[in-house]
Amino acid sequence: MERNVQRRRRAFATLAAVGMAVAAGQVHAQTATIAVGAPVTSIDPHYHQLSPNNAVSDSIFDKLVNTDAQARNIPGLATEWRVVEPTVWEFRLRPNVRFHNGNAFTAEDVAFTLQRLPNVPNSPSSYAVYARPITRIEVVDPLTIRFHTAQPYPLLPLDMTNVRIIDRESSENVTTEDFNSLRAAAGTGPYRAVTHRNGDRIEFERWDGYWGDRAPFERVSYRMITNDAARTAALLAGDVDLIDQVPTSDIAKLRRDNRVQLSETVGLRLIFLGIDHLRAANENSPFITGNDGQPLGRNPLRDVRVRRALSMAIDRRAIVERVMEGAAVPANQFLPEGVFGHVDDLPAPAYDPDGARRLLAEAGYPQGFRIQLNGPNDRYMNDGRIVQAIGQMWTRIGVRTAVEAQPWTTFIGRAGRQEYSSFLIGWGSNPDGSHPLRNILATYSRERGWGASNRGRYSNPQVDDLLEQSLSEMDEAKRERLVVDAMRIAMQDVGVVPLHIQTNIWAARRGFEHTARRDELTRAQDLRPAAR
Amino acid sequence: MSQAVMNGAAPAAPRKDKVETPFRRFVSEFAESKVALGGLVVFTAIALVAIFASVIAPQNPYDLAQLDIMDGRMEPGTVGGAGFTYWLGTDDQGRDMLSGIMYGLRISLMVGAGSAFIACVVGASLGLLAAYAGKRTDTVIMRLVDLQLSFPSILVALMILAFLGKGIMNVVIALVIVEWAYYARTVRGTALVERRREYIEAAQCLALPTHRILFRHLLPNCLPPLIVVATMQVARAIALEATLSFLGLGVPITEPSLGLLIANGYEYMLSGKYWISFYPGIALLITIVSINLVGDQLRDVLNPRLKK
Amino acid sequence: MTVYLVRRLIQALFVVLAMSVIVFVGVFAIGDPVEILISPDADQLERERAVAALGLDLPLWHQYLVFLGNALQGDLGRSFVFNEPALKLILQRMPATLELAFGAMFISILVGLPLGLYAGLRPNSPASKTIMAGSILGFSLPTFWVGLMLIMVFAVQLGWLPSTGRGETCSVLGFLGVQPCGAGLQWSFLTVDGLAHMAMPALNLALFKISLVIRLTRAGVRETMLMDYVKFARAKGLSPARVTFVHVFKNILIPVVTVVGLELGSTIAFSVVTESVFAWPGMGKLIIDSINVLDRPVIVAYLMIIVLMFITINLIVDLTYSMLDPRVRLETKGA
Repeated sequence: MERNVQRRRRAFATLAAVGMAVAAGQVHAQTATIAVGAPVTSIDPHYHQLSPNNAVSDSIFDKLVNTDAQARNIPGLATEWRVVEPTVWEFRLRPNVRFHNGNAFTAEDVAFTLQRLPNVPNSPSSYAVYARPITRIEVVDPLTIRFHTAQPYPLLPLDMTNVRIIDRESSENVTTEDFNSLRAAAGTGPYRAVTHRNGDRIEFERWDGYWGDRAPFERVSYRMITNDAARTAALLAGDVDLIDQVPTSDIAKLRRDNRVQLSETVGLRLIFLGIDHLRAANENSPFITGNDGQPLGRNPLRDVRVRRALSMAIDRRAIVERVMEGAAVPANQFLPEGVFGHVDDLPAPAYDPDGARRLLAEAGYPQGFRIQLNGPNDRYMNDGRIVQAIGQMWTRIGVRTAVEAQPWTTFIGRAGRQEYSSFLIGWGSNPDGSHPLRNILATYSRERGWGASNRGRYSNPQVDDLLEQSLSEMDEAKRERLVVDAMRIAMQDVGVVPLHIQTNIWAARRGFEHTARRDELTRAQDLRPAAR
Repeated sequence: MSQAVMNGAAPAAPRKDKVETPFRRFVSEFAESKVALGGLVVFTAIALVAIFASVIAPQNPYDLAQLDIMDGRMEPGTVGGAGFTYWLGTDDQGRDMLSGIMYGLRISLMVGAGSAFIACVVGASLGLLAAYAGKRTDTVIMRLVDLQLSFPSILVALMILAFLGKGIMNVVIALVIVEWAYYARTVRGTALVERRREYIEAAQCLALPTHRILFRHLLPNCLPPLIVVATMQVARAIALEATLSFLGLGVPITEPSLGLLIANGYEYMLSGKYWISFYPGIALLITIVSINLVGDQLRDVLNPRLKK
Repeated sequence: MTVYLVRRLIQALFVVLAMSVIVFVGVFAIGDPVEILISPDADQLERERAVAALGLDLPLWHQYLVFLGNALQGDLGRSFVFNEPALKLILQRMPATLELAFGAMFISILVGLPLGLYAGLRPNSPASKTIMAGSILGFSLPTFWVGLMLIMVFAVQLGWLPSTGRGETCSVLGFLGVQPCGAGLQWSFLTVDGLAHMAMPALNLALFKISLVIRLTRAGVRETMLMDYVKFARAKGLSPARVTFVHVFKNILIPVVTVVGLELGSTIAFSVVTESVFAWPGMGKLIIDSINVLDRPVIVAYLMIIVLMFITINLIVDLTYSMLDPRVRLETKGA
């Protein structure tokens, strides 16, 4: 047995030596390894509208309009775009661009791509919405394309930031499987995919014919490590050079570690509480009872004073500092400063438990009531912890709060069926105020396609009106005023209870430099060797 | 897991002194292993702590009003806002770890022992029935076992969560559904051999009622492997509950078990806040070790084959 | 014998059917895959389109019949998430899980057998007591926690082993020159880098089995040592080593191997946690990801494979038992 142990030890040492040699090889400047926390489900850029997929697609493909790290529109495959008439947009295309397979990029490729969007079989979440406003596509010349819309449509360039252009010649009748097996994954982006192992990794290789800045690495290995602690450990062990979704619990340690550098920016994702607006003032809300456990006979959440009280009772600064460990900013609206539609005069509500109690008493609940706060426990940063913290805070103003956190799989369906009285949820906005207004705060309406994620069924005709005007306003300054006004009204009405906007954090090993992005995408081209 | 698992600690040649009642012999045989006796003492102490948690714990960690996130993640020995010392530190919600462990023990023991017991009763009965009745009954039960064993516990827990919602009882139900098959398989294996023995045939010749043969004759002889599996399964159930909590499928987050405390602290392991995960881990370990020491000795005492 | 096998086959069919029904109803109850998969800014029209595209607009029984019809033609459906045949996805991931499970079994026997033997031969020595106490650790510590500790120690602190992932793989067929590396089934135990990546997850997965093997071996040794034939061998004056390794060892090996074989099924089925901690791209990782997004075709196909595997293993065990032990006759179980 002694010998056995010794032999194992020797085998172990050999393995260890090999492991180190491999690790050393990876540090070579021409390659980089990135570990991401969310699995990529497909290489097909039009199959599944999902951030991890978009991040990978953005390395392989380009869009007419790209977005910079601050989520502002910048020229991509289109060099400029303008409104010809209120219902016609014209895009001038970039000349001398080639796909990875050598084919030239022309307006025909754009038209082909837009036609494919609604026709991807079995798509669980398609990109068809971006093609829908367009009634006719007009190829003016190989480098000019016009989009005709039924109504004036100011959001078209924003929509184009979601449409990745594929090559027409080689992509007739391609299937999602063809993309996944990389038979068809030719784009115009800075990297091309050379290996794709489903749910495990994607290997990129630099595309030397890229029209823009040359990609910084010859090869990039893009790995999926979904377990947070394991991802951080992989970075610390030197197996990967960049990780995303740094868990807040590791931030403090990584900041102190001089082998590692964090890159961060305030993002576009608001964490907020949805509120039951569906039940009328004289109906019972499912998870609200009196202090005696008996039904109240009314829905206190329909009273704006109660909603305001619940919002004031939340110590957002404490949540940001203690629970989020600084990786968020307290908020009272959907978008952070510097983004189209941010309301300047709408600061995060001050923590005021006494004021909250007064408001409750005014509304007829001097002794408070009981409520259950629901939330997911595997979806957003520290979601389970945040709901508990809010439970503490609400209980302190007399609203005795039970907290239930469950996996997103079981949570989201029930939230979508309006089964909760109050629930924590998040929203990652496009960088335009109309986006959250239309999806979360507008009155639920199938005909208009509004309020599809308005799970609390908030409804305010004033907000709807302003939104409607904004959606056909082609003057950007006027449009922003409309959007800002609508957002201000909805927030003063406490349609939802905003908590904080998350900070997106990446951690790179020394020797690497990463540009943090507002839109949370972890793109291969954002990692570079550090300048010396 | 067949009969072979069942052997553990020191062999105890029965000593003959005083009047021998079966119970007294059992006690004296059990007491022969000092380690097992120690295990029993520790386990009793743990059980008492769990039962009287609400009396001795400095804080009610399940009452959100008593927690304050401003006291979150404090190091062991810090004095908190409520005026008492957090001897084992606090977790992210400002929950006193010492109180949390005491209450958590209660939940873990309830979940672990409760589910193991129910699963044992259900599984053993079905296993006996399968072995004794044979034919179609056996087929149906054993195919159910096949079905159950291949079902991931996570999916079972998710389904229970979807059908019944969250709650400690529902975790117990999920664990019973996951575990009964182990007992059934073990008991059936032993019983198949036992039922061919002469004493069963004799009982059958006497035309004793089936339930009597099953429970008075067959069951006692299948007991040793059952106890082994049971003590292992209590530990497994507690660990499984921890894993379910880790995946967000376990007990409610406001009423953490030991497993959930460990899972919560897991995220803080890399950042050096070891106490959030470490102390509940130690508590879990001591509990499981003591249960196993007792179980091992019980098995040795009850195993007739070690008495030659 | 043939009749018996046919019967078991028919029973297996029923089990698989029952399982698919349970999964259909269960997944339906857990939630709506479209709610989970769809982009949050999809409008109502797009949601309806997605529901129809995945065939979820039909009543549940109708969906089930469609599934059955396709299954009879060997089509277990396409993954909602990956838009690829579910069976293909699973088969792609299978080698990773299989080699991990076999690696774990190998480690458990390699470590467990000698330790158990020692503990059984010298039950009262302090070393044995330590081994037994240590074995309790093996099944009481939560897997995810041990996994992270292993990574912390061996990858982060000591830097001996790679922290996660599967490392270099090589195709067996490619090895033989039939297919180039990159196609075919990928195995990592053929490369040194692959082995280094495999060490920790395999050990993590093996912990429970090591304890089991230690306990089995020890129990077996202690019972066997009291048997008449061992006493006889000793009385004959055979050396203790010979008694131990020839007489005792041979007899305990059978139950140990049987149980470990039986456990292979559960090792494969429960590699879920290990695979997600170590980012090991196997079936367990696939199933947990699929459960999280309610990718029903993959869940159903995966469970069908696992059920079949358990049925096969149990059948083999039953056959072996009846051959080894004439008291357990096959007729008692057929129906």
